[in-house]
Order: sequence, then structure tokens, then C-alpha cells
Amino acid sequence: MSALETQSAPSSQDAAPVRPRWQTIIIRPETMTLILLVLGVFAGGLLSPYFLDINYILKSFTLYAEVAMVALVLTMVIIAGEIDLSPAANMALSACVFAWMQQAGIPIPVAVAIGLASGVLMGAINAFFAIALQLPSIIVTIGTLTLYRGLAQIIAGDKSIRVPEWFIGIDKIMLAGIPLPAVIFIVLAIVLGVVLGGTIFGRQIYQIGTNEIAARHAGIRSARIKLILFLLIGFVAAAAGIMTASRLGSVRYDLALGQELQMVLMAMLGGTYIFGGRGTILGTFLAAWLLVIVSTGMIVANVLPAVQLVVLGGLLIVSIVATNFIYSRAQR
Amino acid sequence: MSMLRSIFLRREAGIAVMIVLFCLAVGSVKPQFLTLDQLRIILLLTPLIMIAAMGQMMVIVARHVDLSIGSTLGVSAMMSGMLYRWDATWLGFDVPWWTGIPVSVATGALLGFFNGILIQLFRLPAIIVTLGTLSLYRGLTFILSNAKQIDRQWIPSELKGLSQTSPILGIPWIIFIAFGIALLTHWFLNHTRVGRQIYAIGSNPVAAPLRGIRVTHVTLMVFTISGALAGLAGILYASRWGFVNPSNTGSGFEFQVIAAVVIGGVSINGGVGTVLGTVLGVLLLGCVAAALPLLGIPGTSQAAIYGSVILIALLIDRTVRQQGIVSLKRSRA
Repeated sequence: MSALETQSAPSSQDAAPVRPRWQTIIIRPETMTLILLVLGVFAGGLLSPYFLDINYILKSFTLYAEVAMVALVLTMVIIAGEIDLSPAANMALSACVFAWMQQAGIPIPVAVAIGLASGVLMGAINAFFAIALQLPSIIVTIGTLTLYRGLAQIIAGDKSIRVPEWFIGIDKIMLAGIPLPAVIFIVLAIVLGVVLGGTIFGRQIYQIGTNEIAARHAGIRSARIKLILFLLIGFVAAAAGIMTASRLGSVRYDLALGQELQMVLMAMLGGTYIFGGRGTILGTFLAAWLLVIVSTGMIVANVLPAVQLVVLGGLLIVSIVATNFIYSRAQR
Repeated sequence: MSMLRSIFLRREAGIAVMIVLFCLAVGSVKPQFLTLDQLRIILLLTPLIMIAAMGQMMVIVARHVDLSIGSTLGVSAMMSGMLYRWDATWLGFDVPWWTGIPVSVATGALLGFFNGILIQLFRLPAIIVTLGTLSLYRGLTFILSNAKQIDRQWIPSELKGLSQTSPILGIPWIIFIAFGIALLTHWFLNHTRVGRQIYAIGSNPVAAPLRGIRVTHVTLMVFTISGALAGLAGILYASRWGFVNPSNTGSGFEFQVIAAVVIGGVSINGGVGTVLGTVLGVLLLGCVAAALPLLGIPGTSQAAIYGSVILIALLIDRTVRQQGIVSLKRSRA
């Protein structure tokens, strides 16, 4: 195996000449996402004048803000070369734990804290299997996805747990005309974007994803960084679950059922490389808005929910094919 | 080699011991668990999972995974259901009841082939592709059926008879079909060249093409077989439950199948796994599922149990693998 690798290693003579700056910008996958986003708004505008109304788009965005928040962290997890399919189930279980606690008479702030803590714990369980035991995170999180959703089902049964009246309606709170979930999403995107793009910690995430063994030899503590990422995605998923509880007014075990698809889709549409090492928060940020435009567009156009499933599934496949293609071209 | 082999043998023995211990434990609390009647219930819970698990096992041995089989099952069952509901009086004869079987299997094979094309030709990770097709095929089921269920009256009674009537000993046909598929898979994996090549690809994907194995062909075939078996499970679903529903049929099925395969000792790192182990894994899941209502545990806890069972199996897999490496080192030293 090592003999093969040394054979195919490029020598300095093979290095491509430096590209002009405009070219490097154009072949970035985020550019593709941005173009699609503009086209989406344009096509939506032809479909219905509502699409040119920023308030309408912002209002639709609140339905997807929670998933989009998780997708931002998932982007970092995928860049680090891991994957987490369990956050949608984590959202359901954290929300159920929170709703159950407050129903049992525990004051709401404490219940929220317990819900968030349970989310972090779920992230820690994933990290234990994926990092400490070095099992592939794909299979581990398929297992924990079933487990967390199942635990939520045990807690909530077939009933829905209501949350108090005053706790309902996070999506109705406006900050400077922008719904609160959208504000939280934008702030989180800026913070994570700065962390990933501008700090040593962020650059180390890229190094781990590009070549973990080399990164470890370079003194990067990859296990610790991955642990932080898994804990972070657990925390954000729990926060997203509790926000969903506030938006819907009640919690059922099937909250966010199947939405791991949307999360992975947002990351992939934003140009995150599925094998790790590449991708940006900006890409996922743009992709989240693109997905909202596409989904809302389909609802406005009266597309059957079933067809929407087909479109989302097809979009996921097309976006990985396209991203892989762009990166393989850029590497040449 | 003999050392490694003995470990794998022990592995299956381990699952068998787990099944016996579990049954004895449940039987000591509820003696009716150890009756023949209960055995029938357990066996009837397993055939669909067992058939799909054979395909999933091949996929996992080849170091991939197929998350779309639940939806593939749904589309295939829906296709045959549509065929039965289709008004063919103008043809002059009724659609024979057995035509659903080839239709369903062919549909499944086609969908599996599509997965394989995406994975092998575009070099994409199977998990993401099949996550996409999981949603895509589910949507297809709704579109095909116009979101309407195929009701009992449309499913031919001969087809339903497969899971009720029995050729021998009161054991329904459907169980014989499942065990027949398992035997066939055993033969295919152990006694054909292609079967051995699947193991070679899974244990070392880099070395396999260097040894002249046509990785693309074999991988495509593995996914097609997995789809075809999910299709067979689809028509048997219609036989067993007597209806096909666009949203329920096969949903969440993939997790049960993956759980069964992983419990059965098929390594997620590829290259390791036996049919016997997988069959035992399926039976263990069947025992657990049958014991829950007897013990008064609500059905809502089933998913959590499956999830924890997957994780426990992963832990065992890892310990066994480490032991194998240690014993290899010792035998070389």
C-alpha cells in the first residue's frame, strides 16, 4: 500500500501553473451555489411575486432555520473527515427531554439546560464510539440515530407533549424586522465562519480532513478537535430541537423525522467535499437559503410533497456529483 | 489462518449462545415463550428481514452500505400492487397472481442497479448516495400510487396464501423461501468465483483490481442483487400483510436489516461475514421482537432496542477484530 502511494506522489515538476484570480473564484463550488440561488430567486419571482418580498422569504426561512443551524456545524464535522447522521434524532430526543422535564414541573430555564446537556451527552456518545473506539462514524451514527429516536419514542409515546403558552412562538419574535431563528442562524454562521476560516483551530480542522495521519504528525491533536466538533453538533442540535418545540408548540417523537437528509443536502449543496478537507461555512450558508427558496417554490407551485421528496433526493445526488467534478477539475 | 478462522467460528457460536440464553431468560419469566407456537411467531417475524439481510450483507462485505432498501421494498411492492389493481379485462384474461413476483424483483434490481451506477461510476460514497435514493424512491412510491394504498381486496389470495398455507409441518411457504435464499447466498458467496471476489474487494479495495478482479462489475452486481432481494421482500410484504401503503411499507426497514447484519458479525470494515452469522442475527432480532409484547414492554421501545443492539454489536466487532490482530501478531512472533 505504501509503495503505491510513493509511486503516485506528484513531483514538483508536475505542479500546475498558478491560475489567475478570477478563475480560482469561478471554479469554487460556492460560486455555483450563489448562481443557483440567484436563478432560484429569479425563477421564484416569475412563479409568484411573493418571492421578491424579503419578508416572505424570511418568514419561510424560520421553518428551516433549525435544520440549517445544524447543517453549519455538520459542515465542519464533514470537513474534519467524519459524518454525523444522528442530529435530527438528537433534536427529537433533546426536545422530548426538555418537554418532559417542564411537564414534570421543573422550571423552564432548568428544563432547557437539561435538554441542552442531553444533546451534548448524545454528541459525547457519538464521539466515544467514533473517536475513542475508532469505529466509522457513518455506521455509529446510524446506530445512535435509531437509538436516540427510539428513546424519544419511549419518552413521548404516541402522544404529543405541550409546552406552556408563553414559550411558544420563537418564530414570531422579530429583531429589526428579522425573525429570531433567522437572526440566530446568521449570527451562528458568522461566528462559525470566522472560527473555521480565520483561526488556527479552524485551519486544523481542514488539515485533519485532508490527511489525518499527517496532521497528527504535525502535532495537531485531532482526537480533541473532533471531540469538540461532536460535542458542538450535539449542543446545536439540542438547541435546534428546543427551538422547534417553541415554534410548533408541542413535541412529538417524530420531530424532524428524516431531516438528516436536509442537513446533509445543505452541506453538499454548499460545496463541502464528502471525503473531507474542503468546504466553507459560506457555502452552506448560501445553500440553506437556496434550499428554502427551492422548497418554498415547490409549495407555492403546488408540487406534491412526494415530488418534493424526489427533488430533494435527486438534488443531493446531483450536488455531490457536481462538487466532486469541480474539485477533480480544480486539482488538475 | 486457522486461528482467525476459529475466532469467526466462535463468533457465530457466540450469537447462538446469546439466542439460547435470551430465550431461556424470557422463558423463565414467561414459560409460554418456549412453546412451538411461539417459535412459529418468531419465524414469521423474520423472513422479510432475512431476505433483505442477505443482500445487505453482501453490500457490507464489499465495504459499502445500502440505506435505500426500505424504499426499494416500498417501490417494488407498490409496482406489483399496481399490477394487481390494474384493470386487465380487455386483455381477455386475468393477470396471474405470480406475475407480481418477477415484476417486484425486477423493479428492485433496477433500483439497486441505479444505486450501483451512481456509486461506482461517479466514485461517490454509498452512504450519501443511498441516503439520497432513500428519499427519492420513497417519493417515487407516492407518485406511482398517487398516494393511495393498495387495499386487501386487490392482493390475490394465492399470494397471501404464501404466508399462511404450508407445504409441510405447518411452516408457511414464506419461511422456506427465506431459508432457500439464505442457502443460495451461502452457495454463491462460498462456492463461486464472483462470491469470493466480493470478499476480496471488501478486505482490500486497492489490491482487488491489481489481482485482476473487475471491481466495477462486481460492485454493480452486488448492489443489483441487494435491490432484487429488497424487491422480493417487497412482494412478500404484500403477501404477509395483505396491503401496500406508500408511506408505511418498508419505512425504517433498513435499520432493522442493518442491525441484523451487524449483530450477525458482518464487519463494517468489509471482507468479513457469513450467511450463518447473518441468519442468527436475524433470528436474535426476531426473538427480541417476539419477547417484547410477552414481557409487557410497549412496542414503542423497539426502535431504541434495535439502536442499542447495533451499538453493542459494533463494540463486539471491534473487540473481536483487535483480538484477531493480536493473535496474528503472536502467531508470527
